[in-house]
Amino acid sequence: MTMSLDPPTQTRAEAADMGVPPAIETKAQGTQGHLAQFGLDEPLAMDAGVALAPFQIAYQTAGTLNADRSNAVLICHALTGDQHFAHTHPVTGKRGWWETLVGPGKPIDTDRYFVVCSNVVGSCMGSTGPASIEPATGRAYGLDFPLVTIRDMVRAQAMLLDRLGIGDLFLCIGGSMGGMQVLQWAALYPERVFAAMPIATGARHSAQNIAFHEVGRQAIMADPAWAEGRYLEAGTRPAKGLGVARMGAHITYLSEPALHRKFGRRFQGGSAPTFSFNADFQIESYLRHQGLSFVERFDANAYLYLTRAMDYFDLAADHGGVLANAFRGTKTRFCVMSFTSDWLFPTADSRAIVHALNAASAAVAFVEVESDKGHDAFLLDEPVMFGAARGFIDAAARARGL
Amino acid sequence: MKSHRVVAPAPWDAAASLPRGDLGGARVDHLVVLGLVAPGARVLDIGCGDGTLLALLRDRRGIDGRGIELSREGVNACLARGLPVIQGDADTDLANYPDDAFDVVVLSQTIQATRNPRIVLEHLLRIGRQVVISFPNFGHWRVRAELAFRGRMPVTALMPEEWYETQNIHHCTIRDFVGLCRTVGARIEKATALDARGRPMRFSMPWWVWNLIGAQGVFLLKLDKGDTLGAPTQP
Repeated sequence: MTMSLDPPTQTRAEAADMGVPPAIETKAQGTQGHLAQFGLDEPLAMDAGVALAPFQIAYQTAGTLNADRSNAVLICHALTGDQHFAHTHPVTGKRGWWETLVGPGKPIDTDRYFVVCSNVVGSCMGSTGPASIEPATGRAYGLDFPLVTIRDMVRAQAMLLDRLGIGDLFLCIGGSMGGMQVLQWAALYPERVFAAMPIATGARHSAQNIAFHEVGRQAIMADPAWAEGRYLEAGTRPAKGLGVARMGAHITYLSEPALHRKFGRRFQGGSAPTFSFNADFQIESYLRHQGLSFVERFDANAYLYLTRAMDYFDLAADHGGVLANAFRGTKTRFCVMSFTSDWLFPTADSRAIVHALNAASAAVAFVEVESDKGHDAFLLDEPVMFGAARGFIDAAARARGL
Repeated sequence: MKSHRVVAPAPWDAAASLPRGDLGGARVDHLVVLGLVAPGARVLDIGCGDGTLLALLRDRRGIDGRGIELSREGVNACLARGLPVIQGDADTDLANYPDDAFDVVVLSQTIQATRNPRIVLEHLLRIGRQVVISFPNFGHWRVRAELAFRGRMPVTALMPEEWYETQNIHHCTIRDFVGLCRTVGARIEKATALDARGRPMRFSMPWWVWNLIGAQGVFLLKLDKGDTLGAPTQP
């Protein structure tokens, strides 16, 4: 058995059967949903001091915008998420990543609401990012792409909503990096957010989280195939580095009890060690698979940029060091949610948000959901989360007359 | 220990004067709050349970209500009612509210379960212009009798758990509470004792009587901001 992180032949064969090429090549094929293109006259003013133009935002929608345009929901995706919240993924063939929460009759009811989710700027699923072609040079941006912030992502989303003729959102919702965007939305465009649900997130990235991200970035940059970020021209991909980055990050999305329940110390395909560095343990095999499948769908440079965006996020620092200042005078109603076993964005991070909202006299609800599934619980089947979300969203809809 | 000067407060008939018919089953402390709250007021209910009081106040007074509740079940019930309630407790989640953030702050049957009742009370007075607080009276004659004659920690309707299971870690009597009010500079605007069936006592009585026959105390407090009425009395 090989220890390589190269994609196993089986995966390649499956991909070929489905006719699904890697993510970067699919962009041109229009499988990423809708596309909003912004020309030279509509630049994105980025925190790095760059006016990005032209650029494009790929997005998906579900449901129908009502006559007075009051039922729009914006879903903000997480670090390696994308716009396919309720649509079959063009690369993996998997179902939408938030179909547990979104759909007809679900808490975010697509029979009632018009739901939009866009790929964040700096990502690689159709929106402009480091793998996009830089018009001035005719080659991929690579590391010449300006550093992206959470606020840049939100500004781009606001431009998309302008394009779609949506003034204010009924609901802005997201988990993890998506939750950071929700907080940024509420701080940057308070009058455009009626209700906000930041889930499993924080108003700043902790030192520990920055540390994990840095390990991931260094793994990518240590891969010779990364080629100083010029791997697209070199015709290579830093699959090993990106795979290792994903393996490390994936551990932080789970919890010790969840890992123990799912894998324990069980051996892969036997009951004894092989006295080698093969993936003897099921957990090793699982992580390798996570790394392999991730490199099939994600661009390494985009991973560098998006992890950096999360690291830079510190909403209090943007408001004189006082988080409550970010929410002064807000009319938005908030529902903050955390999970007991989430050690990446522990409940204390959510409480800090809640306390700041209290200090700003905002209307805020807060639920800590009991779960042993770790950070990724927000993507999974968590009935308590769904119940709380349904209660909050239904009540907000009543208040808005929807 | 020095005794406090006995000042029998005015009988508090806010609850008694409310119509009972259409509020059948409502708790007396809830009725007291309903009688206090002006339309559109800002109200914080700490230990709001399933949101019954906040929903009552919202529906009848159009208040802007907020809640804090320890149990997930309670928070979920509040969310379903559209009430902004945070999962938390009085010990940890009061410090961040600004001064005078609320017209009325309600703490029902909870102060005896907090880790630091004095700090909690100080926060209540700081963030609320008025504070309605109710608690089981550990000076009730049944409690005293349990201790005096049976030598056992009392188990009553208001304090139903055994000593090793109860959340109530800071029991106090009505008189103890009056003492704490003086210590933290709280002016007692109104006060009443409720009997074992939760009915307010109709007559003005000396504290020691209430302390003996009241099953719970219900107080309306304000932070004493310098005026002399109700200022701590020098012995």
